[in-house]
Amino acid sequence: MRALVWHGKEDIRCDTVTDPGIEDPRDAIVKVTSCAICGSDLHLFHNFIPGMLPGDIMGHEMMGEVVDVGHGMDGKLKKGDRIVVPFTIICGQCEQCKRGNFSVCETTNRKRHLADKVFGHSTAGLFGYTHLTGGYPGGQAEYLRVPFADTTHIKIPEGISDEQALFLGDIFPTGWQAAVQCDIEPTDTVAIWGCGPVGQMAIRSALLLGANQVIAIDCVPERLSMAEAGGATTINFESESVVERLNELTDGKGPEKCIDATGMESHVMASQPDTLLDRAKQMLMLESDRPHVLREMIYVCRPGGVISIPGVYSGLSDHVPMGALMNKGLTVRSGQTHVNRWTDDLLRRIEEGQIDPSFVITHTVDLAQGPEMYKVFRDKRDSCVKVVLKP
Amino acid sequence: MYYVANIMRSKGDPKIVRSGPSSIEPADRLARALGWLSIGLGAMEVLAPRRITRALGMRGSEGLVRAYGFRELFSGVMSLSVDKNAGMWSRVAGDGLDAATLLSGFRYDNPKKHNVTLALLMVGGIACLDYKAAQQTAPRSPARGGRRRLYTDRSGFPKGIEAARSSAKALLSRTAVGAS
Repeated sequence: MRALVWHGKEDIRCDTVTDPGIEDPRDAIVKVTSCAICGSDLHLFHNFIPGMLPGDIMGHEMMGEVVDVGHGMDGKLKKGDRIVVPFTIICGQCEQCKRGNFSVCETTNRKRHLADKVFGHSTAGLFGYTHLTGGYPGGQAEYLRVPFADTTHIKIPEGISDEQALFLGDIFPTGWQAAVQCDIEPTDTVAIWGCGPVGQMAIRSALLLGANQVIAIDCVPERLSMAEAGGATTINFESESVVERLNELTDGKGPEKCIDATGMESHVMASQPDTLLDRAKQMLMLESDRPHVLREMIYVCRPGGVISIPGVYSGLSDHVPMGALMNKGLTVRSGQTHVNRWTDDLLRRIEEGQIDPSFVITHTVDLAQGPEMYKVFRDKRDSCVKVVLKP
Repeated sequence: MYYVANIMRSKGDPKIVRSGPSSIEPADRLARALGWLSIGLGAMEVLAPRRITRALGMRGSEGLVRAYGFRELFSGVMSLSVDKNAGMWSRVAGDGLDAATLLSGFRYDNPKKHNVTLALLMVGGIACLDYKAAQQTAPRSPARGGRRRLYTDRSGFPKGIEAARSSAKALLSRTAVGAS
């Protein structure tokens, strides 16, 4: 089969690889019909997240048709079912899964010894990601083996298109969880840094959860236009001061809720010297993340507010203003997404026509064009916001 | 090369049968090669400056050579990072410095003048490659003010933003009633 394979920094290839097969009674094989390139794939593309090995198949946002199942499904999944595969692999039986904390499933990370050393305790296995999260082959491929498939799936009913359903596997619940973590109240202003795909979903989610005002911060015109179309007031950080403008929009008090949909690769600008220092340190491997957004959020957030972090951070961040964080009594909530905790509700909202996540798709291409599309997406060429690949 | 990648696969995971074209372009490869050259040269300048000054007949400049070594190392690291374009331009600037320093050793009384000539030719050749790589690895992000597609019609709410706001309000008021 064909698959997008990581060979090293900025080196993705559409390779021919052997087909996956059933290895465990709880496995299923999915013929992938649609998959996407996620913003966090770019962190892997740039080799900023440790633990990638040449030969790893990329992709953690995918859906398709079940073509083979192991004998341990208990009728939960059968051939012909159309499913979205969540990027977090879940057993459904451990203490964390029973609490709904699916992204920290205690069972599915097959390389937990690595994660234990780096993170202190292991988190769930993830598709198409670093070996710290199991190194499972991803879904930017024609076929995918889904371990723990009896629990790791979202069944998609007839009448919902691939484009509408695909993002239930990652960016939609990620944006949703980011907003839910904010405990939004009807008077709240929610500020969202980063108008990439997750930021766009967070904007719509904050609105659906009843925020009074949603403010979106970015510098890419097409992304800002999409944010504005979704009901956000926008701030272009290249042409105006984020802190000043946020204070202006909140009567000088700052937003109650702040969402970091940017993560470890904050934009580098000469007018923000901390971003230059972070970049230099990242280059010299003295710091793994560039947390400019995190610093700005802590600084501008209203005392007693909430900082929600769906953006990916990989390791160590310097100069995070802990004094402001502590003295302002801010609450920080973060984590990989507990996808299946939210998908029943989100699927219902799609079915009811409350939201159609396909609005974010700007490019749909054949899988073979994937390596080039990584660069187009990274460089934001051709007004690219979200790429869907068709194997 | 991918045979090594296959050795590292977990049991049952797909193995590479045939490798496709890479997303790395020739200019990226050139930048990478020049980055490693920088690191090699930089390490030599830092660790053995005396051998270099002796070969060039420029004794007494060991401190300068060592400083240039650190500059080369920094350029090398930058060239191997995702900011390779900045690395390439730092190499071009470094080539200028190297050439100027070498020219100061190009004197009639220098017995190693032929080595200086050779070094100058090498710096010139490498400077051409650096310049080419710097031009070809320039960021391809769209220019500010360039033509862009705007997505002003993509709300994501099939029933409109106002409907989304009112359903949220209705939900919040139901929750409030439930709580009281």
